[in-house]
Amino acid sequence: MALKPPAKKVRMKEQEPQERIHNFFEVALGYSEREAMEEAKRCLQCVHHPCVSGCPVGIDIPGFIKKIKENRFYEAVKILKYYNNLPAVCGRVCPQETQCEAKCVVGKIPGSEPVAIGRLERFVADWEAVNVKDNQIELPENKNKKVAVIGSGPAGLTAAADLAKQGYVVDVFEALHKPGGVLVYGIPEFRLPKSIVDREIAYIKSLSVRILVNTPVGRAVTVEELLQNYDAIFIGVGAGTPKFMNIPGTNLNGVYSANEFLTRVNLMKAYLFPEFDTPIRKGKKVVVVGGGNVAMDAARSALRLGAQEVTVIYRRTEQEMPARKEEYFHAVEEGVHFRWLTQPIEYLGDEKGTLIGVRCITMELGEPDKTGRRKPIPIEDSDFVIEADTVVEAIGTDANRFLLNQFKGLSINKWGYIVADEQTGATTLKKVFAGGDIVTGAATVIEAMGAGKKAAYWIGKYLEGEFNPWK
Amino acid sequence: MSNEILKKTKLAPQVYDFIIKNEEIAKRAKPGQFVVVRIREKGERIPLTIADTYENSFRMVVRAVGKTTYELCMMEEGQHLSDIAGPLGNPSEIDYFGDVMLIGGGVGIATLLPIAKELKRFNNRLHVILGGRNKDYVIMLEEFENLCDELIITTDDGSMGIKGVVTDGMDLVMKNTKINIAWAVGPTIMMKFCSIKAKELGIEKIWVSLNPIMIDGTGMCGACRVTVDGKMKFACVDGPEFDGEKVDWDELLKRLSQYRDEEEISFGKFKEQVGDLSWL
Ligand SMILES: Cc1cc2nc3c(=O)[nH]c(=O)nc-3n(C[C@H](O)[C@H](O)[C@H](O)COP(=O)(O)OP(=O)(O)OC[C@H]3O[C@@H](n4cnc5c(N)ncnc54)[C@H](O)[C@@H]3O)c2cc1C
Ligand SMILES: Cc1cc2nc3c(=O)[nH]c(=O)nc-3n(C[C@H](O)[C@H](O)[C@H](O)COP(=O)(O)OP(=O)(O)OC[C@H]3O[C@@H](n4cnc5c(N)ncnc54)[C@H](O)[C@@H]3O)c2cc1C
Ligand code: SF4
Ligand code: FES
Repeated sequence: MALKPPAKKVRMKEQEPQERIHNFFEVALGYSEREAMEEAKRCLQCVHHPCVSGCPVGIDIPGFIKKIKENRFYEAVKILKYYNNLPAVCGRVCPQETQCEAKCVVGKIPGSEPVAIGRLERFVADWEAVNVKDNQIELPENKNKKVAVIGSGPAGLTAAADLAKQGYVVDVFEALHKPGGVLVYGIPEFRLPKSIVDREIAYIKSLSVRILVNTPVGRAVTVEELLQNYDAIFIGVGAGTPKFMNIPGTNLNGVYSANEFLTRVNLMKAYLFPEFDTPIRKGKKVVVVGGGNVAMDAARSALRLGAQEVTVIYRRTEQEMPARKEEYFHAVEEGVHFRWLTQPIEYLGDEKGTLIGVRCITMELGEPDKTGRRKPIPIEDSDFVIEADTVVEAIGTDANRFLLNQFKGLSINKWGYIVADEQTGATTLKKVFAGGDIVTGAATVIEAMGAGKKAAYWIGKYLEGEFNPWK
Repeated sequence: MSNEILKKTKLAPQVYDFIIKNEEIAKRAKPGQFVVVRIREKGERIPLTIADTYENSFRMVVRAVGKTTYELCMMEEGQHLSDIAGPLGNPSEIDYFGDVMLIGGGVGIATLLPIAKELKRFNNRLHVILGGRNKDYVIMLEEFENLCDELIITTDDGSMGIKGVVTDGMDLVMKNTKINIAWAVGPTIMMKFCSIKAKELGIEKIWVSLNPIMIDGTGMCGACRVTVDGKMKFACVDGPEFDGEKVDWDELLKRLSQYRDEEEISFGKFKEQVGDLSWL
């Protein structure tokens, strides 16, 4: 333990920017066995392992890293999967820089990078897919109690898997034709290949979880039916309703919500049109509005669809941008332009109703607001026009509407999200739990999974008669 | 949920009547609702109205206008559709109103049928106007004859009923009967003119069933957004029925042409593969 670990993470191979902007293949290529073992050696195996407290599902991080170091990959898989039902997904899309890796001791050494926990997690999950053929999962005895899970995003899938592991009968209801939530319709192939999502979902199905697709609850089955037929319900429907700025010209052809744009690209595979039937506008000059992960994904997708110029406009500056740093750098490398302190005020169209430009206004930063970020204020008479044939608004989402008003007695907060106990996920309605974006508003995959995991634990306690907040 | 095509009947050139096995939809559908269908793995999601329900199956009437609907109309009994989601959308707001005017054009006639049946069940008197290009396109005539109290047919070429358009039929009905509420379902342009006419004639409310482009049909994308009374609505969850006098029709018409170029590419490629389609 006397030796200081190497200062830098073992580099992960990536597709070169010039090459990758012409395809939707994954950008980051993952570690080899040797590279993974190299990186695993950088872990100090801290007794207090602060990294674990940074992980919303509490993975035994030094534990699985130790197994990698010892070339016992299969055991690493077992440790990882005990905590995390979607490791190949999390290893790819979690913002480790603000979670586990932010707490890592090695990262605190001046000039040193934290251990690449995310990359190692990804390595283990991908290794399993190649090397472990039929993973026999021993399920506990069937407890003959039924739980309905609404929504098959990370929150719902995690809750379902953990409940199945406890021996409950679980039915997942999903509105779309494919399970996965944002993992299939939002996050693009070049960050998260859909074959990986399919694989992780196959694992969850192998736990005897039944997934009923094409079944929007509230329409295709009613809430009363679920309340009648199931012993407990978990709501994990996400925050899937797009917000629009609602400025003049919003309904011109060429103006998309990020949800529509990304759903066409990812779920419907419009980038493979006409092999796949769903079309998408292949804009030459594309403007993306927003500064989060969703904006980065939309901008980089537009580039790959063949746009000559993609500009992200954001009303604050680079410092305030909520997108993951890594993805922002990827976007810059790929040639996406950024215009800070800029806000669209009108979309301009031609006589056919097709978008031709975006009128914008320049902003300046004022006093910090409640979130601590400096508030953008428009500068008078500073407007100008950017030429554009496609706009994607990525300014956030609202709670999914049509389901919630059917749950009588379910408390909703002023933003339209479900009120649920932070510890247990219990809502105000008897035997109904909730978690993920529908409780917190748009957040992260791992937080949604953490919420699903907690709720599964407390649903179990409730079904055993050991927990009842509704007495 | 098997989604098998149990029965397929030709109603008119390029118009087919399907009975699809699906117990869940059969059990739950209400007049005015629709399904989103994906016919195969690489297919797109398209909305189609539920025209009727039976014990374990439901009915949809499809007009072939582009790649997916042509491909669907070429499918045979015994084949399966890969995905059907639904029922979706709000059911029609049906009550006892007295004299009701119902206007249907093209495949909109099929959308109108369940609404008409439900209105009849509430003992309304039905004044129905059905329009088509020529007599071949006035579909489901018998079914309406059995339901309605007054029936007016209009055709563009006069091959059946009155030579003219459905709005001429509206004038005729209003001559003898005071109508306070109407439903119009058909091509967007037809619903637009019916709405203008209804206003002229002093009909207080005309329900129209809007048909914007949809993807998910569950409110998560906004592709189907329309402007009603100056406000943005999502047709799939807030509709599809709206007050026609409040709809921004020109905007909807423009939005419907959004993918014309891509649709032509896709259809062109399809025709190359399957050859002549004029028989359909
Ligand atoms: C483009 C994009 C990029 C992102 N990138 C990242 C990232 O890099 N890292 C990260 O950590 N997070 C990222 N996020 C956020 C993350 O994906 C979400 O926080 C997470 O998916 C929330 O999970 P969830 O299970 O709560 O909901 P969702 O993933 O939204 O899943 C909800 C599911 O419920 C279904 N549903 C909705 N209503 C009904 C109903 N009535 N009946 C049945 N089913 C219903 C939906 O169809 C959907 O499948 C991104 C989000 C987006 C949109
Ligand atoms: C709620 C709802 C219910 C519907 N019910 C029925 C029904 O019962 N029977 C039926 O035959 N059709 C119905 N439609 C219309 C049907 O969805 C479209 O005809 C279909 O999506 C066209 O797909 P396509 O690939 O064959 O043609 P595309 O290649 O997509 O389009 C070919 C041509 O059709 C036009 N078109 C495209 N989408 C629509 C649309 N949504 N509505 C009208 N015209 C369109 C385009 O302008 C284009 O010129 C309904 C639409 C909605 C929104
Ligand atoms: S904090 Fe860093 S070095 Fe310590 S156990 Fe966790 S990953 Fe290893
Ligand atoms: S079709 Fe996506 S919101 Fe209506």
